Amino acid sequence: MQKTYYDPADLKKFGKISEWNQELGDKFFEYYGKVFEEGALTAREKSLIALAVSHTEQCPYCIDAYTKDGLQRGITKEEMMEALHVGAAIKSGATLVHGVQMMNKVNKLEM
Amino acid sequence: MATKSLHKRESDLANSNRQLEILSNGIFQNGELPTFKNKIAETNQFPLKAKKLEILQINVGYMCNQVCEHCHVDAGPDRKEIMTRETMQQCLDVIKNTGAHTLDLTGGAPEMNPNFRWFVEEASKAGIKDFIVRSNLTIIRANKKYYDLPEFFKKHNVHVVSSMPHWTRGKTDKQRGDGVFDKSIKALQELNAVGYGMPESNLRLDLVYNPSGAFLPGDQASMEKDFKKALKEDFNIRFHNLFAITNLPISRFLDYLIASENYEDYMYSLVEAYNPAAVGNVMCTNTLSVSWDGYLFDCDFNQMLELPVNSKVKHISEYNEAQLEGRNIVISQHCYGCTAGAGSSCQGVVA
Repeated sequence: MQKTYYDPADLKKFGKISEWNQELGDKFFEYYGKVFEEGALTAREKSLIALAVSHTEQCPYCIDAYTKDGLQRGITKEEMMEALHVGAAIKSGATLVHGVQMMNKVNKLEM
Repeated sequence: MATKSLHKRESDLANSNRQLEILSNGIFQNGELPTFKNKIAETNQFPLKAKKLEILQINVGYMCNQVCEHCHVDAGPDRKEIMTRETMQQCLDVIKNTGAHTLDLTGGAPEMNPNFRWFVEEASKAGIKDFIVRSNLTIIRANKKYYDLPEFFKKHNVHVVSSMPHWTRGKTDKQRGDGVFDKSIKALQELNAVGYGMPESNLRLDLVYNPSGAFLPGDQASMEKDFKKALKEDFNIRFHNLFAITNLPISRFLDYLIASENYEDYMYSLVEAYNPAAVGNVMCTNTLSVSWDGYLFDCDFNQMLELPVNSKVKHISEYNEAQLEGRNIVISQHCYGCTAGAGSSCQGVVA
């Protein structure tokens, strides 16, 4: 058993998940590929969304993949960092907006 | 940012044999990755053979005003290899009789060869359909004696192909040196001013994009769209097409890959992106590369690795088109750079 939970080399083996369930694996990768095709959004815009979500999901494989993908598409580091802040703003906003629930509860319980 | 060539620094990697050794050892020797030969053999494409000659590419010298980090020529101000007028004359004799439709002058900065203008004037009389000069742009602004180059190119109906790694200053200067971006923008505006790159204009101006780091180029068509939009909006610059070119792991780019510990990952990326459809159209199958001293190579990269053509004919003075056709192309692992993704050549994607 490996000594760490994450190994960069495992990213290359992503496709192997199909080996234990070909049908669902194939369907997933087909869907995945389709999602990132040029559509109403450009492939470049989707790459930036993916980069931001990779960070909010805190997935090291995804961060590795979509940072490189961004560079390949000519996305600048300024654009990348701005995208991350969008993700971070939603994360912190999502935490803080629950403050209203807390406040409601306090107001209900307190005399 | 480097200011001296690997040759001047007497780097181990200035030696082409050392580069070839690196490309054959390690992950390719222990079988972790297949050699290029074995890979193309899988689809019965070995040996790779030269087809009819279409493009004659002449390297008129390794001297350059820039020292780009990724340069596969290891060009720079300290390189003294310059094509003589005598060798140029031998090239002209070939140009007049060749069936090739494209003549492609490269370097270094070709304009720095003292006989460059004479050579262009003579070559343009040969009636070749497409006459390319690969200009690094900054040379046009480097010295007063080059200021009239846009007019000179126009007069001889030269097709200008120029490097431009990004539409932002930061990324451009990091790869090509401080101040390169501003000078390149100015040079592009001057080329536009004489008619180069304008929509409907016959004066062709194409740009070359190659990644500024250890990653592969993105889709050529989308990159072209992004470049066009940004250069038009920010600087009112127009150009015709963008060629996305993959950096090959030789010379200064190989030096960078090794120093930054990206070599193995980069070779993995190239092999993973291998596209058998690109193999059929790689440029060595329709191109011949002539070095500053007149020797013949399958491509500019093989020239830098000192891998001569596999033919009795070795030099431009003994040139024989029929004898060169059908020759086996000389390959090594650097060739993966031309078969990755949509493929890569001096004219951009091939598949």
